[in-house]
Amino acid sequence: MTSMPTLTPSMSACPACAAAPAAEALANRAAIKDAQIALSLPEIHCSACIAGVERVLSAQAGVEDARVNLTLKRAMVRAAPEVLPDDLVRALTRAGYVAHQLDAGTIAATQTDRSGRDLLMRLAVAGFASMNVMLLSVAVWSGAADATRDLFHWISAAITLPTIAFSAQPFFRSAYAALAGRRLNMDVPISLAILLAVGTSLWETSLSGEHAYFDAALTLTFFLLAGRYLDHRTRAVARSAAEELAALEVPRAMRLDSVGGREEEVRVSALRVGDLVLVRPGGRMPVDGVVIDGTSEIDRSLLTGETLPVFAGHDHEVSAGEINLTGPLVLRATAVGADTSLHRMADLVAIAESGRSRYTSLADRAAKLYAPGVHILSALSFLGWWAYSGDLRMAVNIAAAVLIITCPCALGLAVPAVTTAASGRLFRKGMLIKDATALERLAQVDTVVFDKTGTLTAGTPALTNLDDLPRAAVEVAYALALGSAHPLSQAVVQAAQAANLRPACVESIREVPGYGTEGMWNGAPVRFGRAHWAAEVCGDAARAAQGTAAWLGVEGAGLEGFLFEDSLRAGAAEAVSALQASGREVHLVSGDTPYAVEALAAKLGIHHWVAEALPEDKIGRIDMLSAGGKHVLMVGDGLNDTAALAGAHVSISLASALDAARVASDVVLLGGDLSPIPEALSVARAATARIRENFRIATVYNVIAVPVAIIGLATPLIAALAMSLSSITVSLNALRLTRAGRKT
Amino acid sequence: MSIIAYLIPISLILGGVGLLAFIYTVRSNQYDDPEGDAQRILSDEWDDHPRP
Repeated sequence: MTSMPTLTPSMSACPACAAAPAAEALANRAAIKDAQIALSLPEIHCSACIAGVERVLSAQAGVEDARVNLTLKRAMVRAAPEVLPDDLVRALTRAGYVAHQLDAGTIAATQTDRSGRDLLMRLAVAGFASMNVMLLSVAVWSGAADATRDLFHWISAAITLPTIAFSAQPFFRSAYAALAGRRLNMDVPISLAILLAVGTSLWETSLSGEHAYFDAALTLTFFLLAGRYLDHRTRAVARSAAEELAALEVPRAMRLDSVGGREEEVRVSALRVGDLVLVRPGGRMPVDGVVIDGTSEIDRSLLTGETLPVFAGHDHEVSAGEINLTGPLVLRATAVGADTSLHRMADLVAIAESGRSRYTSLADRAAKLYAPGVHILSALSFLGWWAYSGDLRMAVNIAAAVLIITCPCALGLAVPAVTTAASGRLFRKGMLIKDATALERLAQVDTVVFDKTGTLTAGTPALTNLDDLPRAAVEVAYALALGSAHPLSQAVVQAAQAANLRPACVESIREVPGYGTEGMWNGAPVRFGRAHWAAEVCGDAARAAQGTAAWLGVEGAGLEGFLFEDSLRAGAAEAVSALQASGREVHLVSGDTPYAVEALAAKLGIHHWVAEALPEDKIGRIDMLSAGGKHVLMVGDGLNDTAALAGAHVSISLASALDAARVASDVVLLGGDLSPIPEALSVARAATARIRENFRIATVYNVIAVPVAIIGLATPLIAALAMSLSSITVSLNALRLTRAGRKT
Repeated sequence: MSIIAYLIPISLILGGVGLLAFIYTVRSNQYDDPEGDAQRILSDEWDDHPRP
C-alpha cells in the first residue's frame, strides 16, 4: 500500500538525480512511519463496519494505510503528517460511524503486550513439555522397568531441563528478588519445589532409581503459569481500558500569537506562563490564568461541586479544569502543567494515600502462613527421615515429595481464576476494576459516601417551576433560550418542548456572554439571565433565589424567576435504595450549598449529609468514619473528591471524571448509570467467598496428601493425581462465578 | 520394543511442530484481534491485494 510520491517536490536539485525514486520513496516512508493516528470506534460490531471504516479512511487524501481492530474497537491509521485526525473523524461521522480521536502517545503502550506474549510463550512450551513427559511417565507408572525405565527417565530429563530453564524463569526471578530483599513470597517455595524435584529426579535417574518427578515439576510450572497468565490478562484488559479513557482526552489548546493574534493549535504541555490562550464555549480551561478578553460564565462543578455557574470577565481568575459556558475567553496563563491548581491537589492526595491502611490481599495473607509452613514441614521430614534411616537419598526424595504435594497450585490458580471471572463479569456491566485487591476491599464495604454534583446528579439542570410561571413568560423565555447554548437555556428549551409550548415572537435575539440573552418582544426589550442584568429592563429590584435560578425581565412587567434543579443521574435512586436495603449506611458529602444538598438528600432518602464541604472536609469525614471501624466506599467524580477517593477503603469514580480522580480510584464506572454499584458489591462478596472456599478445598487436599508424603508413601503417580485434581477442582469452582452471572 | 526407538522421536517431532506453529502465530500478531479476524472472513468485498 505504499504510494509513490508523485506530487511532492524532488529531494535532489538536479532533475537527472531524480533517477532514484526508490530511495526517495524510502525516505518518504520513513518520515511518515511515525505519523500514526488512533481513532476509537465505540460502535462498530460487524464485518460490514470493518470494511466500511477502512474504505472511508483509505479514501482520504494522504492516508497510507488504515487497519481496524474489532476487539479493541479501534482504528490505526498511517498517514502523511499533514492529515489531521479531526478530518478523519468528520469523514467517518459523515459516513455514519461514531469516532473519537485517541492520543496515540498514550495508547502506544498497549499496542504490543510484550510481557503477555512472553508469558503465553512460556506457557505453551511448558504445556508441550509436560504433555510429552506425562506420556513417558504413564509408561513408567504402568510398569516399565530396568533399561526401558531408565531410557524414559533420561528422555524426560532431556525435555524437562531446557523447559524448566525457559518456562520457570518468572518464578525464579521473583523468588530471587524476594530473597535478595530478605523476604519470603509465594515464589520461594515454588522455585524450591521445582528445583528440588528436578535435582532429586536427576540424581535418582543417574542411579537408575524408581521414582522421578520430572512430570510433577513440569505440571506444576504449567498450572502456575496458567494462573499467572490469567492474572496478567485481567490486568492488561483493565489497563488498556483505563488508558483508552485517558487517551480520549486529547490535551490540546488554542494559543494566540501575541503579535499577530493568529490562532494555533498546540499540545497543552507546550503552553508556557504568559501565553495567551483562547477557550471557546464548551471548552475546558487548559491552564490557570487571568481573563484578559471576553465575558462568559464558567462551570466550576468538577473542582468545587458548586452547580451554580460563575461569572467570568476581565481580570477574573480561572483555574484549569473549569468549563467555559457561553462566550469565548482569552486567558493569560499564570500557571501551567504541574503548577496548576489541578495538580496542586496532588499533595492532598499523597497525604490521603499515606494514611490509607495498606491492605494485604487474601492470597498474600495465605502465603505468609503457607511459605514458612511448607519449608519447615519439608525440612522436618528430611531431618526426621535422615535421622531415622540414615539414608540421605531417601530423605531428600521424601522432602521433595512433600514440597511437590503441598504445591500452591490452588493458591496460584484459585485467586487469578476467581478475579478473572469476577472482573470479566463486572466489565460486561460497565465497571473497570483497576486495582488487584479492589474486589476483596469492595466485599468489606459497609458504608458508602457519595459526592453530589456529577455523581448522584448528572450535572445537567432541569426546570422545576414550569407550572407556577405565567404561560406568556415561559414562551418569551423559550424564544430567548433558543438563542443560547447555556445549560440553563437548554433546560428551559427542553421543558418547554416537553410541555408543547411555542416560542413567542421575539426579535433581534442576542446573547450577552456572562449575563444572558436579550431581545425585543412587542417593541419592548426583554432579558433572560442573571438577576441584576434582567432587572435593569423592568425596573424591578433584583431578587435572590434559593438554589439555581435564571430571571426573565420584561419592560413594564415584574421579574419572573425560573428555578432549576440538577437532574438525577440514571440509576442513582435505585443504587441508593438498593444499598440501604442491603443494610449499608449511605452518606452524601458535597461542596454545594446546604439548600441544594438537603433537597437531594430528602429526595433520595439519605439521612446523613454534609454541605459546603471543602476537599479537606471530605477526607476528614472519611477518616472519621474509618476511625469508627467502618469500611468506606467513596463514589465521586470531581477534583475536590480526589483526596477522598484516595483515602477511602475503596473508591469508584465515573468515566466522566477528571483524569486525576480516575487515577486515584480503584474502580471506574464506564457507563453513565450508577445502578451497577450495588451489584458490584454483591459480586465482590461472592468472589471473596469463592476465594476462601478455594483455600479451604486446597487445605483439605493438603491435610490428606501431606501425611502420605511425610510417611514416604507418595509416589510420582500420587503426586501428579493430587496436584491435578486440586488444580482442576479450584478452577471449576472459580468458573461457577461466571455461570451465576449468565443466569441473571 | 524397538518400535519405541521410532515412536518416541516421531511423537516428539509432531509435538514440536505444533509448538513451533503456535510460536509462529504468537509472533505474527495473530491473537491481536480475534473478533475482527472472525468477522473479516465474512466480508463479501473482493480484494485483489489482501493484506498479510
